[in-house]
Amino acid sequence: MRFTDSRLNRIQDKISAGDRLTFNEGLALYDTRDLLGLGALADAVRRKRHGNRAYFVYNQHLNYTNICANTCLFCAFSRKEGEPGGFTLSMDEVREALAQRADEPIRELHVVGGLNPALGLGYYLELLETIRSARPEATIKAFTAVEIDYLSRTSKLSLQETISKLMAAGLSMLPGGGAEVLSDRVHEKLFRKKIDAGRWLEIVEAVHRAGLKSNATMLYGHIETAEERVAHLCRLRALQDRTGGFSAFIPLAFHSKNTALSHLPATTAFDDLKAVAVSRLMLDNIEHIKAYWVMIGEKLAQVALSFGADDLDGTIIEEKITHMAGATSAKGLSRNEMIRLIESAGFDPVERDSFYRPVAGATVPGKETSQ
Amino acid sequence: MTYLQRLYGKIEAAARLDADEALRLYREADLLSLGRLAHGVRNRLHPSPVVTYVVDRNINYTNVCVSGCLFCAYYRAKEAPDAYVITRDALGRKIEETLALGGTQILLQGGMHPDLDLDWCLDLLRFIKTHFDIHIHGFSPTEINCLARNSGIGVPEVLERLVAAGLGSIPGGGAEILVDAVRRRISPNKCSASDWLHVMRCAHTIGLKTTATMMFGHVESDRDIISHLLRIRELQDETGGFTAFIPWSFQPLNTRIQVPPATAVDYLRVLATSRLVLDNVPNLQASWVTQGDKIAQLALTFGANDMGSTMIEENVVAAAGIHFRLPKDEMIRLIESAGYRPVQRTYRYTPVHPEPGP
Repeated sequence: MRFTDSRLNRIQDKISAGDRLTFNEGLALYDTRDLLGLGALADAVRRKRHGNRAYFVYNQHLNYTNICANTCLFCAFSRKEGEPGGFTLSMDEVREALAQRADEPIRELHVVGGLNPALGLGYYLELLETIRSARPEATIKAFTAVEIDYLSRTSKLSLQETISKLMAAGLSMLPGGGAEVLSDRVHEKLFRKKIDAGRWLEIVEAVHRAGLKSNATMLYGHIETAEERVAHLCRLRALQDRTGGFSAFIPLAFHSKNTALSHLPATTAFDDLKAVAVSRLMLDNIEHIKAYWVMIGEKLAQVALSFGADDLDGTIIEEKITHMAGATSAKGLSRNEMIRLIESAGFDPVERDSFYRPVAGATVPGKETSQ
Repeated sequence: MTYLQRLYGKIEAAARLDADEALRLYREADLLSLGRLAHGVRNRLHPSPVVTYVVDRNINYTNVCVSGCLFCAYYRAKEAPDAYVITRDALGRKIEETLALGGTQILLQGGMHPDLDLDWCLDLLRFIKTHFDIHIHGFSPTEINCLARNSGIGVPEVLERLVAAGLGSIPGGGAEILVDAVRRRISPNKCSASDWLHVMRCAHTIGLKTTATMMFGHVESDRDIISHLLRIRELQDETGGFTAFIPWSFQPLNTRIQVPPATAVDYLRVLATSRLVLDNVPNLQASWVTQGDKIAQLALTFGANDMGSTMIEENVVAAAGIHFRLPKDEMIRLIESAGYRPVQRTYRYTPVHPEPGP
C-alpha cells in the first residue's frame, strides 16, 4: 500500500536494509500526517521482533511516600513535608497493602515514591526486605534513577555501593521513570531540583553495569519540542548501545490537571500514537515498547498494539500518580479484561514476568479483581 | 497475489464490494490496512482537508417508551417516578440556549409514548417553528412508523404533515441492526428492518434528507453487520437521500444485554468497513459520544470525515454510564491537531458560514 507521505518510502527502504534511522528521519516521522503509514512502518518492525504476541504483567503498584523535595511542575502527586495529604507507609502498612492481595498471582511489584528527607537508606532496605518476605515469588522493580541518586547522596555511599546494598535487599529491576525529557532546557524550566539528563543517564548506566535491567520513559505533551523528543530517543539509543540494559521503553503522556501546568491541553490520539510508533522505529536496540494504558486510556492502548507497541504493561490496581493528575482511565484492569483487549485487537496475549518470560498456565482465568 | 491483496486493489480502483468480499475484508484485513484503505476512499470523496461538525442539542421530548428494547438504559414506563414529557417552557429554554451557543439545529427524539399522538407531535413542531429559527432534525423512523400505525394513516401522509408542521430532516436512529432475527432478540416491539427502510424510502421520495445509523456490539454476527451496510447501500442507490452513516457501539451498562463492550479496535474496524462498503453515502461520522475524544480523533484516519455534534446535551448514552464531554473548542483542537480544518456544518453537510467567493 502506498504512503501518502513520500518521506516514509525512503525510511521504509532504510528499515528494510537494516539501517539505523537518523535524528532528521526521527523528526520526519514526528512531522508526518500519514499517521497510519507511520503505524504500518512501526507495526512491521514490531511484528518482526514479536510476531503476533502482546505482553502484559500481573502487577501491583506500591507508592511508599508522596512527600517529595523536588517540586516538579508537572506533578500532582507530591506533597511537601508537613503539607496536608502527605503520607509515608510504615512497614505494617506495606505488609497490609500486600496482604490485601495475597491470593492474587502477582508477578511484579512496581515501587516508586517521592524524595522524602525523613527517609534514610535503612527505610529503603527494610521496604525491599519486607516486600521480598511477603512476596518471595514476585520481582521487585523499584526506585527510579532519581531515587537512587538521592539515596546515594543522602547515605554518602557511592552509586555502586548504594545499588549493591539495594540489590542485596531484594531489588531486581529499575523502572524507567524520572527521565522526563532528557533536555537541559526542559530540565531548567520544569524540574530544576530533579537530577538532569546527564546524571539520569549516568545512574542508569551504573545500574546496568551492576547487572540490573531497567526501563526507560519519556514524559511528552507539555513544553517539549519534537527535536527534544527525538534527541531524547537518540540519547537512550546511544546508552543502550553501550550497556544493553534497557528492557522496555514507555512513552508517558503528560496529564496536567492539578499540576502547575494545568493550562496545557491533554495529548491527543495522534500525539500518543506517534510517540509509540516513532519510538519503535528509532529505538532499534530496545526490545519492547509499552503502551501505558493508565496514561493514554485502555482504548488507545489497545490500538497502539498496531502502532508498534508489544506490551500493555500491568493489570495494576489502584494507580495513583496519573489519576491525581486527572486521568480518566480505569484504576486497574483485570486479567480477563487485559486478555480481551489484546485478543479483540487480533493479538495473542502472553502474561509475562518482569523479564518477559511467559508465565506458565497463566491464560487460565484465575481469581479476578475487576474494578 | 492473495485474496485480500486482490480486494485491496479492487478498492483502490474504486470498484464495489459484494457481501462476501466485504465480510472477508472485515474479518481478515489487518487494522491498519483497513484504515488506510478507508482513508483513501475518504480522501477520494472529500479531497479537501476539512472535517465538519455540527453544533446542536439532543432534546428527548419524553423518556416514556412502550418499546422496551433490551439495549436501552434510558426509557421509563409511563407510571415511573422519573418518567417525563417535556414542557413547552423547558423546550423553549433548551432551544434558546442552543441558539445562544451558535447552534443551528436540534435533534428531537422521544420514546414511543402511548398518549402522544400525531397531533401532539405536529403541535410541538409548530410551537418550535413559531418561536425559533432553528432546523429540526427529528423523529426517527421508529417513531414515524409508530405514529403512522396509531393514527391509521400511511407513512407518506404522516411525513407530509410533519414536514408541513416544520420537520426538516430525519435522524437515522432505531436502525440498530437491520436484520429481523437480531431485532426480534434485542427490540421485539420495535419496527422491522423493512419498516425502517420503508420510512426512509418515503422520506427520501418527498425530498427529506436523512442519516442512517448502526448499533453493533451486542448479539449480532459479522454477517449481520455486512447485511446492514448492504441494505443501506441498496436504498441509497435507489434514493440518494442518506447524507451520512453513523456506526456506534452498544453500551451495555444499565441494560438487559450483558456482553462486554465492543473495544476501540472493534469500532475502528466497523467504521473503516462502513466507509469501504458504503461507496454511495457521502459522509461518515465519528462517534465521540460512545468512543471518547481520542478514538474519535483517530476515526478521522479510519474513514470518518465528520465529528458529529458538539451535543450540548445528550441523555441516552449517558444513561448507560458513558459520559464523554467534548466542547466546541476542544472539538476544533482535535480536528486541527489531526491536520484538518474544522468547518461547522448544517444538516446537509454544507458550511454554516460559506466562504466568500473568489
